[in-house]
This record gives sequence, structure tokens and C-alpha cells, in this order.
Amino acid sequence: MKNRHAALFLLLVLLAALPQFLPRFYTYIAAIVLLTGLLATSLNLAIGYGGIYQFHHAVFYGIGAYGTALMLTRGTMPAVFGFLAGPLASAALSLVMGLVCIRLSKLYFGMLQISLGSLVWATVYRWYSFTGGDDGIHGVPLPDAIASPQGSYYFTLAVAALSVFALYRIVRSPFGMTLQGIRDNPVRSEAIGVNVRLHQLAALVVAGFFGGVAGMLFVVVDTSVFPDMMFWTFSLEVLVMCLLGGMYTFFGPFAGAAAIVLLRVFASVYTPYWSLLLGVLLTLVIIFLPDGVAGYLVRRLRGREGVRA
Amino acid sequence: MASLADLFSSGTLSQFLVGLSRTTILFIVSSGLTLILGVLRIPNLAHGSLYMIGAFLAYSVIHFLGDGTAAFWAALVIAPLVVAALGFLLERGFFSYLYEREHLMLLLLTFSFTLIIGDLVKLVWGAEYRSVTVPRVFQGSAEVFGLPLPYYNLFLLLIGPFIAVFLWLVVNKTKMGKIARAAAVDSEMVSAVGINVGWVFAFTFVLGCFLAGLGGALIAPMVNITLGMDHSLIMEAFLIVIMGGLGNIWGALLGSLIFGLTQSLGILVWPQFGIVFPYLAVVAVLVVRPKGLLRSTW
Repeated sequence: MKNRHAALFLLLVLLAALPQFLPRFYTYIAAIVLLTGLLATSLNLAIGYGGIYQFHHAVFYGIGAYGTALMLTRGTMPAVFGFLAGPLASAALSLVMGLVCIRLSKLYFGMLQISLGSLVWATVYRWYSFTGGDDGIHGVPLPDAIASPQGSYYFTLAVAALSVFALYRIVRSPFGMTLQGIRDNPVRSEAIGVNVRLHQLAALVVAGFFGGVAGMLFVVVDTSVFPDMMFWTFSLEVLVMCLLGGMYTFFGPFAGAAAIVLLRVFASVYTPYWSLLLGVLLTLVIIFLPDGVAGYLVRRLRGREGVRA
Repeated sequence: MASLADLFSSGTLSQFLVGLSRTTILFIVSSGLTLILGVLRIPNLAHGSLYMIGAFLAYSVIHFLGDGTAAFWAALVIAPLVVAALGFLLERGFFSYLYEREHLMLLLLTFSFTLIIGDLVKLVWGAEYRSVTVPRVFQGSAEVFGLPLPYYNLFLLLIGPFIAVFLWLVVNKTKMGKIARAAAVDSEMVSAVGINVGWVFAFTFVLGCFLAGLGGALIAPMVNITLGMDHSLIMEAFLIVIMGGLGNIWGALLGSLIFGLTQSLGILVWPQFGIVFPYLAVVAVLVVRPKGLLRSTW
């Protein structure tokens, strides 16, 4: 356990040092990796730990981004409120959508969520006078302290690290344990007096909130928002990140997100057929490594420790 | 927003009929999807990609045979058959080994197929959009209730019921259809009485893919054939199938009608937010009837 803490501390130091020797573009990519990692980790709370088919997580990412961008461009309040407004809007939307969907299970839950999410997407996509429609919003004004690439990177690092830490504590809390119990056996959980729906709803709201935080960070890093951020294909891409990393590990989805973002950046230098590459990779992983790459590694390592003990 | 009187006095009603003819396409594609969902239990996102391949193939066949009416009929036969053959390969090569996997994994597997097929289409046909002219027999317009309706849209409106009857006959009156229905309810029992369930599944999957290809070929003269045309359609087809009841062909018909009607009416009433209405309809249906309107085979 001590080793793991030391490794994490070392990783944080390394991440903090990155902008000092990375060129501007790669600092930007590193920030995108961090916020996408947070997005995947927040989705994993619902799908990996909660066993809830959260198929349209990108909606909360998008609303977090739009909430922040609209407050910063149109609002007159201090910027801090903008940074809070996005994630809070996501949490509220997650609560409303959750209340509608929660009584359905598995595939039906996922499909109802997709139709509600598509409703949100279509509204944002068409409401030119308010959201900018399919053009989105560009050149969102940021406070001077975080307007530079380095400033936005450090802001992203700090917020993402705190958020991931918070999610980690939530997963390890009695609430998180109950959630995993519900995932593994909802009937028994209900029988011993756990309010299943309430726990699942809370998990959805928390996941939506941190998805919104990731969206808010995207505005800080990219100073723009566009409706494609909440199109359903992106939601599936985030699911793919969780799957590649491994849904039953805490840091797996983060690693999966980092792998996909980096792979896309580097592969698209050499080939326009990046989706083909991802598709083939994903097919192989699903067929041969159903727990994901990280899940497979963890199982191998645990297996060895088990033998030694 | 326009008042109802405006709607019925002006030519917008014929615009509405044109919009409604898209319902046929929605029905053909979603009936294939619901067959595959009902019998094989695969939430096949690649269904939209097969539809896109159908449209691109129709374009190629029509251009290869020189743009005539005969070329169009040939495309209507060849494109769905090629897509069906592709479906056969997918089923035998991948899905037949993976039926026991949970739905989430199958969903992500079919998502990876959409990624692969999307890029392969880009590789074969290029990134620019293609278009097919309406075949000569279907040029011009008919008068329906005193309103002009292009012949091709009339053709689409008429072919929908025909396909529905055909599917009903296949599923209810043929031996294969009856076995497929039995396999949808209890595939273990079907195999226990000595029927090779694998081939029943393959047949159903191929039939579903044929329908996807047919939908693609039929839409080809009406829209720009582009990469990404699969993304919007597959989501619509999925919502239709869920709304109608998983695995229920009549549910797919009902769902397509609701989706197509709210879409074309919505665009008439409130052009800017017309695309919102079908999603609202789906949400309303699922809130009232969480398992869909008609009986699901699940």
C-alpha cells in the first residue's frame, strides 16, 4: 500500500513538471488526457461500480462545458461561478434524467437515457440564439491566471487530481461498497434493507457531476464548446475507454482514456484511418481480454501474488 | 409557429407526405434490427453501417450499369444481397462465437465494427459525398388530394406495407420463421429437439442485414450518400425498436410511424426544433410503457 502511495505521488510530481519541458501543443494534449481520464473515471462509477448502463455519459460532459461557457461569455458574475455552474447543471440534469430512467433496467435504461440525451443534444444543436447551434461557442474568455496554456494545464491537473481522489474515496466509502453490493446482487441488497434506487440515483448524480467537471475543464483548456461533445458516438467512445482500461479497476478507465487520446494524436499523424485502427484493437480486446488490458494485467499480477502467499 | 389552417391550405402538406415516405426506410431498417435483437439478442450498432454500405453499393451499381432505370432495379437487388452476404460473414466469423457474452460487450463489439466499416467505406468510396438521380420511371409527381407528391416518394409509401406483409409471411408462415420465433423465446429448448440453432441464428441475421441493405439502396436517390449517414439512422432505428417492443416486427412498424410522423409534423409546425419531437415521443412512450408499446420477445 505504501508503495502505491509513493508511486502516485511520483506520478503527480511528474505531471506537475511536464509543462516545463513539453512544447505548447503537448501541454494541451496532456491537459486533454487528464480531463478525459476524469470523464472515463466518472463514467466508471456508474457503469463499473454501479452496474448501471450509463450509455450517454457525454451529455453530462457537454452540459458541464456549455454551462461553464455560457456563464463565462454571457454572465456578469465572477468566473468562479461559471466553473461551478457547469458541473452543477450536469448534476441537476443527471438527477432529472435519473428519476425518469431509474425504474428501467440494463438495456432499457441505456436506451431511454440515450433518447433523453439525444433530446438534449438536438436542443443544443438547434438553439442558435442561445447555444450557438452546430457552430458551438468559441473564444470563451478565461481569468488571466488560467488563460495561458501552462495556467490552464495546472488548473486542470489540480481539479482533475482532486476529483479523481474524491471519486476514489467515494468508491471506498460505505456508500461505494453498498453500490458494488447492489451491482452484484440487487435482489439480496433490497432484501437486507438497502434502498437500491436511491443508491443508484446518488451514483448517477455523482457521476454526472464529475462528468460535468471534466466538461468544465475542457472549456478551460480549449476555450470552446461544440455539440459533437455530446453526440452519442462520443459516449460510446468513453465507454470504450473504460472497457480498454478495465471496468473493475479504479485507475483502468483513466489509463484507457490516456491510451485512446494519445493513440489518436499520434496515429492521426501517420494515417487518416485512425478509427479502423481503434476498431480492430477494440475487437481484439473484446474477444480475447474481456476485462480490458488493465484488468488482465491486474488479474495476472494478483494471480502471482496469490501463488506466493 | 404556423397555425393549423396555414398548414393545410398551403403546399406544406405535400412536404409532409414527402417526409412521411422516409418512414418506410425507417421501418425497413428497424424491422431488420428488431429481428436480430429479438432472436439473436445482439444490440447491433453495425446495422446502420450495413445500411450505409447498401446506399454506397447502390450508387456504384447504378453508375457501373449506366444510370438507367434498369440499373436502379439491379441495384435494389444486388446491394441488399451483397450486404446480406457480408452479414453472413460477420455472423459466422464473430457473433456465432460470442452469443453468451453480456449485452454491453456485444454493444461495444458492434460499435467497433461501425468504426471499422466507417473507415473501410472511406477507403473504398472516398470521403466526398455521392448522389444518385431518381430513376426515369419515378421522375415527376402524382396528385394526391390535389397536392403534388413525387412518384418516388409515392413508391416508397407503397413499398412499406408490402415489406411488412412479406416479413409477416416469413416469420409466421414459413418453417424457418416459426423456428426462429421459437428460438427467440427459448433457444436451448429448440436445440434440444434437434434443430441446429446456429443456422437459424445465421438465417435471421442475414435476413436482418438484407433489410438494412435494402433500406440503404432505397434511400440512395433521396439523400446525399455520405460517411456518417449511419450514425443518425442507427440511433433512430434503435429508439424505434425500443419504443415498439424489442423483437416485435409490428412494433417496429408502429414505432417507425410514430417516429416518422412526429418528425415530419414537428418540422412543419416548428422548423427550428422539429428534430426534437421524435425524441420527445420516445421519452413519452417509454415513461408510460417502459417495455415498449407491443409485446417484446425478451
